[in-house]
Amino acid sequence: MIRGTVLVAQEICKGCELCVIACPQDCLGLSETLNKKGYRFAMLTADSCTGCENCALVCPDAALTVYREPKPVRRPATSVQGAA
Amino acid sequence: MTPKERINGYQLVYHRPDTLTDNPTHYCPGCSHGVVHRVMMEVVKEMGIQDRTVGVAPVGCAVFAYNYMNVDMQEAAHGRATAVATGIKRVLPDRYVFTYQGDGDLAAIGTSETIHTVNRGENILIVFINNGVYGMTGGQMAPTTLLGMKTTTSPMGRDVVTMGHPLDITPLIAQLPGALFVTRHSVHTPAAVRKLKKALRLAFEYQPLNKGTCFVEVVSNCPSGWKMTPREANAWMEKNMFTAYPPGDVKLPPPGLN
Amino acid sequence: MSPVQRTTTLMKGNEALAEAALRSDMDAYFGYPITPQSEILEYLIIHGPKRGSVVLQAESEVAAINMVYGAAGAGARVMISSSSPGISLMQEGLSYIASAQIPCLVVNVQRGGPGLGTIQPAQGDYFQATKGGGHGDYRLIVLAPSSVQEMADFVPEGFRLAEKYRNPVMILSDGALGQMMESVQLPEQGSLPKSIPAWATRGKPENRERNIITSLFIDPERMEQVNIELQKKYAAVQSEARAELDRTKDAEIVLVAFGLAARICQKVVDIARERGKSVGLFRPITLYPFPTDILSRTADHAEHFLVVEMNAGQMVEDVRLAVNGRRSVDFTGRMGGIIPTPEEILQKIESLTVSTTDQALQGMP
Repeated sequence: MIRGTVLVAQEICKGCELCVIACPQDCLGLSETLNKKGYRFAMLTADSCTGCENCALVCPDAALTVYREPKPVRRPATSVQGAA
Repeated sequence: MTPKERINGYQLVYHRPDTLTDNPTHYCPGCSHGVVHRVMMEVVKEMGIQDRTVGVAPVGCAVFAYNYMNVDMQEAAHGRATAVATGIKRVLPDRYVFTYQGDGDLAAIGTSETIHTVNRGENILIVFINNGVYGMTGGQMAPTTLLGMKTTTSPMGRDVVTMGHPLDITPLIAQLPGALFVTRHSVHTPAAVRKLKKALRLAFEYQPLNKGTCFVEVVSNCPSGWKMTPREANAWMEKNMFTAYPPGDVKLPPPGLN
Repeated sequence: MSPVQRTTTLMKGNEALAEAALRSDMDAYFGYPITPQSEILEYLIIHGPKRGSVVLQAESEVAAINMVYGAAGAGARVMISSSSPGISLMQEGLSYIASAQIPCLVVNVQRGGPGLGTIQPAQGDYFQATKGGGHGDYRLIVLAPSSVQEMADFVPEGFRLAEKYRNPVMILSDGALGQMMESVQLPEQGSLPKSIPAWATRGKPENRERNIITSLFIDPERMEQVNIELQKKYAAVQSEARAELDRTKDAEIVLVAFGLAARICQKVVDIARERGKSVGLFRPITLYPFPTDILSRTADHAEHFLVVEMNAGQMVEDVRLAVNGRRSVDFTGRMGGIIPTPEEILQKIESLTVSTTDQALQGMP
């Protein structure tokens, strides 16, 4: 399984929870502490993130940055050159 | 683990586009506006048209859209966004011009401008946010408020006899020969956001063809106006708003366009 | 060096104005038909597009003025025209344009009001034109032509002032000046320089911040600052005040009239002088800024002022402010689209002379 992770811009997040609902891996939740605006902010709660971007897609505040583990490089058996 | 350690060796797959400013939005938590802003600006970024895009902000919650969209923008009077956009597009025909309007702005006070702009087939993009309520002024009835829906000016629920019917303006728009592409979307799920983005990309791409107006409705939530959590609002929207305003393409460009 | 020869031609006021706009390299015109100014739209729709000007008949005056906002906000040189009821519909847009500091030229070919009124010429929109018209503290720069020549001349001048001050300029004309034909020398094509303003919304290049055209300043401190800026601008605009003085130097009675009423008064001065009365004419050319100082200086020597307007008495208030109680200020006028005759103005002058003689006699021992 591909591994991913997200970074949350904590001060921009308003804790709407839409990312939590959208996450197919159930790896997002809200913090116990509050940000400067008084919101609980989104955070990773498990390490099952696949970097699928669903959370970022539904985020109204563009507060999420998504990263993914690079795909393992598969070497082709023979190299193909000059394909049209 | 620090964030830096966490991303060590990972590839960046999604980040906020620089066609959005760094300003945090004034929108309520969970409001659809932010998603639509972001998706529009992602399209502008991906098409590389920031230097040729001029937007028009409405009156309503999105009145400050120009604080967030990092493109040249004009703030129009209530309902007049498409007239303003007409003025811009007529003198700058090679620019990408869009309006961003709510239901009150577009379908109540601005109905005349909306209809006539599309009827002239102005080569602009109209983005229509329909959440059935006046958010900015505190939750009053909108032209698109559903029957029985409670707002501060329909406290017992909208009734047909005294308040008239919900105005489903999008099919009306689609009837006009000047309308090139009319489509209705939402942003309540990742799949819906992906579909909206495709539609917006098409709508921007059609603009230089000078074939008519593109009209993209986004059926949206208003957690504060509806007095619900964002989660409840999205569920309520799917159950009730989609019945009156079903997502899907309403008018497609003739085949072979492009 | 011989001056550039300009051909003289016979034209309707509305058409001369429209042609002058094209010769002033107007980029766009937005309008809506209304009598007595529809010739402007009709002329421009024929001649504008082939000479590089966008001309569009909008669905309403409300839409038209907002198209002006958009186009002028994008840096274009834009004109709009209408007549009184249509100008009323544009007031919201004009308030936004003034607040957002967008230059544009607005033409009001006035007709009689209030309400739907009449299509005959009148001057009942003086207050609306000079005192703001829409909501909030703002002013238009207002030019008052009194001939077909000035209908043409004030177009490039209006554009120049609008662009210099980033403020809407209004040409306050009337149905008679719009409809009458006179010989006119039109401005030379390209005589008004044009540049793209740095604040225009034309697409944000990488090397500058985005441009925003707005009249929304929700923070009261910021809103007050915007108002202070506007008031500073209006203070600077005062230097543009101008008036035409005709035989006022030795005049005992000075008529004050603008636009069409001033033409009638010119005739009145001729007749009065023939009859041995020292009457002169003070014609404000800019109604805002009102030529207060020039009028005040006239009050140093003139005894009486008689304001003649085609309304119930609107400019007379500005005349009284300028004269500031130092001299008597009377008013005569007709309303509802009636043009006063020289004879009725002469009768009013007669009554003034009689009453002042009476007062003089009463003062004698």
